[in-house]
Amino acid sequence: MTAVQIIFLLVAAATLGAGLLVVTAHNLIHAALWLVVSLFGIAVLYVLLNAGFLAVAQVVIYIGAIAILVIFAIMLTRKVAADSGPQINSNWGWGAALAVALFGALFWIFQGWPGINTALQPLSDQDTVVQLGQALLAPDQYLLVFEVASVLLLAALIGSIMIARVRKDS
Amino acid sequence: MATETLIWLLLVPPLLAFFLIVLFTNRSNRLSHIIGVGAAFLSWLGSMVVFYRAVTTEHLGEHPFTSSFNWLATGDKYLSVGLLVDPLTAVSLFFVAWTIFMIFLYSVGYHNFGQPKGDHDRPGLPPHGATVTDAHGHSHMVPSIEPMYARFFAFIGLFAFGMYLLVLSDNLVTLFVGWEIMGLCSYLLIGFWYGKESARAAMVKAFLTTRIGDMFMLLGIAYLYSFTGTMNFRDILYNQEMLNLLASTPAVGGFLGLSAAGLIGILLFFGTVGKSAQFPLHVWLPDAMEGPTPVSAMIHAATMVSAGVYMVIRFFPLLSAGMEHGHLTTAMTVLSVVGAFTALFAATIALAQNDIKRVLAYSTISQLGYMIAALGIGAYVAAAFHLITHAFFKALLFLGSGSVIHGMEHGVLHTGEHVDPQDMYNMGGLRKKMPITFWTFLIGGFALSGFPLVTAGFWSKDEILADAWGHGHYVVFGVLALAALMTAFYTMRQITLTFLGEPRTKAAEHAQETPWTMTLPLSILAIFAVGAGWVGIPEHFPGMGGLIPNWFHEFVGGTLLEHPVAVDFNFIPLLTSLVVALGGLWAGWTVYSRVKTLKTVDPLKPVLGGFYTVLKNKYYFDELYEKLFIRPAQWLSATFVSLWMDRTVIDGFLHGVAAFSLQVGSALLRYFDTPVVNGFGNQVGEGAKKLGHLLRPIQTGRIQQYMILALVSVATFSALFYYLLVYTR
Amino acid sequence: MIPLSWYLIFAAALFCIGLFGVLARKNSIAILMGIELMLNSVNVNLVAFWRYRTPETITGQVFAIIVFAVAAAEVAVGLALFISIYRRRNTVVADEINLLKW
Repeated sequence: MTAVQIIFLLVAAATLGAGLLVVTAHNLIHAALWLVVSLFGIAVLYVLLNAGFLAVAQVVIYIGAIAILVIFAIMLTRKVAADSGPQINSNWGWGAALAVALFGALFWIFQGWPGINTALQPLSDQDTVVQLGQALLAPDQYLLVFEVASVLLLAALIGSIMIARVRKDS
Repeated sequence: MATETLIWLLLVPPLLAFFLIVLFTNRSNRLSHIIGVGAAFLSWLGSMVVFYRAVTTEHLGEHPFTSSFNWLATGDKYLSVGLLVDPLTAVSLFFVAWTIFMIFLYSVGYHNFGQPKGDHDRPGLPPHGATVTDAHGHSHMVPSIEPMYARFFAFIGLFAFGMYLLVLSDNLVTLFVGWEIMGLCSYLLIGFWYGKESARAAMVKAFLTTRIGDMFMLLGIAYLYSFTGTMNFRDILYNQEMLNLLASTPAVGGFLGLSAAGLIGILLFFGTVGKSAQFPLHVWLPDAMEGPTPVSAMIHAATMVSAGVYMVIRFFPLLSAGMEHGHLTTAMTVLSVVGAFTALFAATIALAQNDIKRVLAYSTISQLGYMIAALGIGAYVAAAFHLITHAFFKALLFLGSGSVIHGMEHGVLHTGEHVDPQDMYNMGGLRKKMPITFWTFLIGGFALSGFPLVTAGFWSKDEILADAWGHGHYVVFGVLALAALMTAFYTMRQITLTFLGEPRTKAAEHAQETPWTMTLPLSILAIFAVGAGWVGIPEHFPGMGGLIPNWFHEFVGGTLLEHPVAVDFNFIPLLTSLVVALGGLWAGWTVYSRVKTLKTVDPLKPVLGGFYTVLKNKYYFDELYEKLFIRPAQWLSATFVSLWMDRTVIDGFLHGVAAFSLQVGSALLRYFDTPVVNGFGNQVGEGAKKLGHLLRPIQTGRIQQYMILALVSVATFSALFYYLLVYTR
Repeated sequence: MIPLSWYLIFAAALFCIGLFGVLARKNSIAILMGIELMLNSVNVNLVAFWRYRTPETITGQVFAIIVFAVAAAEVAVGLALFISIYRRRNTVVADEINLLKW
């Protein structure tokens, strides 16, 4: 057991645990905070995968924006009575069953796939960030996708403003 | 104008008159009789022209005037419509044209043209007089005009057309058409006054009785056509080979040993038995007196009954085919027996009749029997001769009787007495009141009795008797002589009771002579009744013979292939004829001039006793036929066919089928349609509703549940596919 | 040396946890949080495959970046929706937002 493996195991356990707590916490703010923890754990995993840029992006975007947004939303939609007590609805049995079944299926597929034991190749000397930047902006690579994503974000921006704005009631 | 065209034109006026009156001039009496009499006049004129041309043609019998056209295609042959004028036709045309014209003219006066409309007259009943108030306020009844005046002229126009067609036709088809038209018209005219129950019964009786004869005649026609392949008279009757063939071939099925000619002849003769009222189909003719008197004259003298005799005369070659050495063929024997018997039979009945028209009716039957007997013994020319003279004097007698009845009716209306104007016992002394009628009637009566030398009837009757004696048919001779005696007797009886002596009733006292439209025809016909006989004086007659050649014998004899030989003169028939005629006349006068009052019993009654009643009731033949034929026929139709077969069996069956279908239907409805079909339909709907109801809760509106459902489905299907596609390979 | 299978199993587990959260939580925003977990697990999967299978091309990371963008957009719009719903119906409990029920 190398050090990297231990780190991985700890981080994975933490992330999974936090995730469990996200989905089971009674208090919604607690759930949001556990989400933050979970997201952070994933950022660490990105680092372990030599995707540093993604780790930072994860922290900035997910934790810095999305999680905050979620907390805002929670606060804006509080119902004190509804927010306490069990937050699990009546379908939890089905949900649990499906989740377990899915996990089992995925596990079983992994078993049958020979490529699962691919060895870790060392990275070449290229700078992955530069590579990423070039990929995103090179016209013969993923420029179009990049632009489309931008348009998507713009649409989301405008859309969410439109949806959530306060209408002056007539 | 060519004769061939002219003979077609003879037919047109009466037919046209019929249609014009029926369609257009029905409302106007004057216009209708103008058209009717005018049509009769035109046809008369044409007939006279044709007659003149016919008699001036040499050997008309060998090349007669003919004209025909093909009418109906049958296979590769045609039925044709055509006209023929040979000697027989020419003389028949003569008497037909004259008598029809006279009758038309007579009808104007008979139906009281110019008189006012009756008080209570209705169409369908004879007119009953109108009340007329004169300047002094006196009101009395006068005869009223016939309500159905125009209709009468239309019908007799059609009747005239039928007779012309029959006389002129050159083949059996056209003849039969004319025959049937006359049958129809006799039906319509006998029942002219259809409001009377007796008239209705009489019209049906006439039609049905003649129909029986017609049926057999049609069989004969059909047999003849199938045998010879032609209906044309010239091809059958003027054709020796055809006649020989017909005589030598045995009848179909060897029927009674007859030859084809014999059987056909007898079948055709049945038509005459019906139409000319011979025994046993004589029953319709007396009842036919229900019609107006011009109709009686038309039917029983001029046209219809003469048509029957005309046809057998025409077919004499066929009837006599196979005759050897003066031996009569079977057909001829039948004719002579029936004819002679009828002559005697009808004469006996006439002795006991009191109605003036009935006497004449039976007299007609008797005289027709004479003609047929004459034909039966082979006296071709004599039969034709008697046909023509009889037409004239019988028409005269009938019209005269109509005049008498008219005069009596005038008296009845005047006095208001309710007596039967037709009963001879109510008459008497009319010679003073109605002189023209008296003298013409007397001439006619003498002609009928065969008064010697100056009447036509003498010459024709004498010729028949001479032929019978001369060819050795003594039985026929005897019977006919006896019948002649009775004829003279009852004729004189009639004349005595009607005209001679003193009036026996008030109505007879006030009788009046009839207008010129009635007396003129009587006078003209009287001329013919006297003079028509002089064209046929036998050559060897003592005194007169040879002075005028026997034109009639020469002319009419030319119709046959072989010119008939005139019989040699013999004193015995002449003597018999004289004795019979004069004796009968004298006897009738003496016996009946004793009848002075109404109360006087008929002098024949004590002499004949019970037999008198039998005669009066016409030997009860009507009652016999009623029992034998009419009742069973009525039973058959009313009970057997109508009630049992039709209503019970057929209707019962139908009702049963209907009831059964109803049962099946309702059972199907109840057990199949409603539960199964309907139920199925309902169940589909209900099932869909239930399924929908069942599936509805799936749509909860909660997305988490939708997601779960989706994922469960995905999981299931992917497992299934994985199993089927991957695992089982 | 961390074998690829560990990453994949981890991602699968996280995904299933997220799935459970989506299916079983009352609050809509909690559902969104579950969705975030699922998206993140997908991202981890993507990057792991990139690192282990095709490290010479950068496509895996590009895919992950785009997933970030999409996730962000989706969260924004989703939360805007929930806020709007909250304003209207005064609730964000998923079971009570069931206007489309029969």
